[in-house]
Amino acid sequence: PLSSRCCAPSSAAPAMNCRAEVLEVSVEGRQVEEAMLAVLHTVLLHRSTGKFHYKKEGTYSIGTVGTQDVDCDFIDFAYVRVSSEELDRALRKAVGEFKDALRGSGSDGMGQISLEFYQKKKSRWPFSDECIPWELWTIKVNVVNLANEQERQICREKVGEKLCEKIINIVEVMNRHEYLPKMPTQSEVDNVFDTSLKDVQPYLYKISYQITDSLGTSVTTTMRRLIKDTLAL
Amino acid sequence: AMDTDLSSQDRKDLDKFIKFFALKTVQVIVQARLGEKICTRSSSSPTGSDWFNLAIKDIPEVTHEAKKALAGQLPAVGRSMCVEISLKTSEGDSMELEIWCLEMNEKCDKEIKVSYTVYNRLSLLLKSLLAITRVTPAYRLSRKQGHEYVILYRIYFGEVQLSGLGEGFQTVRVGTVGTPVGTITLSCAYRINLAFMSTRQFERTPPIMGIIIDHFVDRPYPSSSPMHACNYRAGEDNGAVYPSVEDSQEVCTTSFSTSPPSQCVFTVTKAHFQTPPPVVTDTLKVPVMGLAFSHQLSSSRLSYQPAALGVGSADMGYPVLFAGGLNAAHPHQLIGPGKEGGVPPVPSQPAHGTQADQERMCTPLDGVHYSAATPSSSEDTETVSNSSEGKCGSPHDLLETIFVRKVGAFVNKPINQVTMANLDIPFAMFAPKNVELEDNDPMVNPPASPETESPLQGSLHSEGSSGSSTGNTHDDFVMVDFKPAFSKDDILPMDLGTFYREFQNPPQLSSLSIDIGAQSMAEDLDSLPEKLAVHEKNVKEFDAFVETLQ
Repeated sequence: PLSSRCCAPSSAAPAMNCRAEVLEVSVEGRQVEEAMLAVLHTVLLHRSTGKFHYKKEGTYSIGTVGTQDVDCDFIDFAYVRVSSEELDRALRKAVGEFKDALRGSGSDGMGQISLEFYQKKKSRWPFSDECIPWELWTIKVNVVNLANEQERQICREKVGEKLCEKIINIVEVMNRHEYLPKMPTQSEVDNVFDTSLKDVQPYLYKISYQITDSLGTSVTTTMRRLIKDTLAL
Repeated sequence: AMDTDLSSQDRKDLDKFIKFFALKTVQVIVQARLGEKICTRSSSSPTGSDWFNLAIKDIPEVTHEAKKALAGQLPAVGRSMCVEISLKTSEGDSMELEIWCLEMNEKCDKEIKVSYTVYNRLSLLLKSLLAITRVTPAYRLSRKQGHEYVILYRIYFGEVQLSGLGEGFQTVRVGTVGTPVGTITLSCAYRINLAFMSTRQFERTPPIMGIIIDHFVDRPYPSSSPMHACNYRAGEDNGAVYPSVEDSQEVCTTSFSTSPPSQCVFTVTKAHFQTPPPVVTDTLKVPVMGLAFSHQLSSSRLSYQPAALGVGSADMGYPVLFAGGLNAAHPHQLIGPGKEGGVPPVPSQPAHGTQADQERMCTPLDGVHYSAATPSSSEDTETVSNSSEGKCGSPHDLLETIFVRKVGAFVNKPINQVTMANLDIPFAMFAPKNVELEDNDPMVNPPASPETESPLQGSLHSEGSSGSSTGNTHDDFVMVDFKPAFSKDDILPMDLGTFYREFQNPPQLSSLSIDIGAQSMAEDLDSLPEKLAVHEKNVKEFDAFVETLQ
């Protein structure tokens, strides 16, 4: 079940209101990074705001989010991402690890990468904070091997078309205006948003991935914490 | 008791949000079709002028056009704001690609908080719009514009018109935002005839059209062409400067309050700008003067005098990309889009068609001869399948005829085999590469020697009109219908091109024709018995002759 994977090992709390979306793509090995970045950046574009500046009396103002176009080299595709080098670096790091794991031994080219948005719920000592996911995006990847240049060219276009569909799917989900965490007070902002970046403020998120071995079982589960995670103990 | 009526402050705020949302929507769409990558910076300190907390530049001309179209109104039920994106080739053919619609329906959400939830959702919707504008087919087309075609935009307000998109167009929903006065919906209807087109065709190939334009069309811009200036010149007064953004631009300063949660302190202030006329920033590289110029291209259709802007009604198309002036050293060279700038020198159009047909520049190029095509165009269109495309009547047929002729210089393509042109796609060059066409391509598979025809072959003029007749195989080459270089109309009764076509098919030599050959053979055979009889009479002489040789 998705819930148990959401926040392990820090919490076994059931996932309430955690909507889950699954996307699947088949790509060539060299397209994995760009395809993953395209999807993750598109999701984070919708799940990032400007930096909050709290003022007196509990009011706050919001900074401005810039955007930029990214052209893919191995896919006939372009996407928009938030203008934040820090965020881009963080995503590239995670996607790079995922790609390496996919290429590694024991993998038949199938795996999935997950982007989870969560809220932190502070617990009192000695219990650690709970992470309560509220949205989970899973991208299932199937790496294909192509024989010749002509097939590669077709794959460039086909994957580009597929990614267009994925973007439309993502936007559809975003447009449902379903649960979003309440806008936090200044003391709570770090429980809802990642405030470590200097120019934008995404919702708290974590990225994890799994590689399937040829037996179809999940062999490696690697959790990567990409945000500062405070431990209560 | 719940107060379901909107407070006047909320109402004012909501109207303002919708107005600026509409303006930003237009900016996002048009900028996404400029053909360049967009990049704006995030800023942690709010500047107060970034509506919806997004850094979206305002191209002044675009804002101007949007405001003109809206004319002080807001999208409401039955009154939608539409941004039409179309493509125009260097030959002057144009086609609608997309219609982006900002509509309002009656479904109200009375409970929603205007200054908070609506505002944030509008921001989210703009982000979705940024994403979606990159995934419709027109995006890739617009990134490769400049060489053979440009992308135009047109803003109108009122009823949505989708008929120009051809059959089977698809729709993608960008999103909706409920408000107390109705639900805002943003969607895009896009033509799919081109959806399968391979964008490989738009790599930088030397354009055939360029040759035509080079020689035969007047330079389509006046000598004082602003096209030479790539950048906006602030302060230059040549009558083509847009009124700058109003002195007191409405500025949105948002403050949100969390105590009690979800209440909002929202202030909108009028800031007086002392800044100089709006300058397009580096990131966009949009030559505003270019945009101003391109306005004239569409509106005048004839001359390229720098008219005062405001000429033409609000529903004119505006070329979206003019990434710079021509290379001064080679004024006729077409330069691809990008840093060097690319201005497809769209030739001047004869003022055919009605005022209303301003977007439909289906008339042939001024300097192009369609003398062969024109008288026979009606017959040509009979062989060409009937198209129910859009509202193009005869201009459309002419389009197809034009294409047939322009399959390429010196190409042997019997007209009935040019299947692309026969279809409903007037812009067959955008159609996917048809493998069968390649098989028919004589450059790939040279045709078998043509059968000799009757000596009474006419010239291409009369032959061409019979369309699918197979008697065209003697046309080894089809001359592209354009004026040959250096030919003049006024000296000779016909020009070089016509001369060539008339006399490229001289009648066969009679001795080479089979009929006459066969005829003489028959005569020979008939005369044989007679000859034999004569020889028999002289057989004694022959024998005597033979004996002398022994």
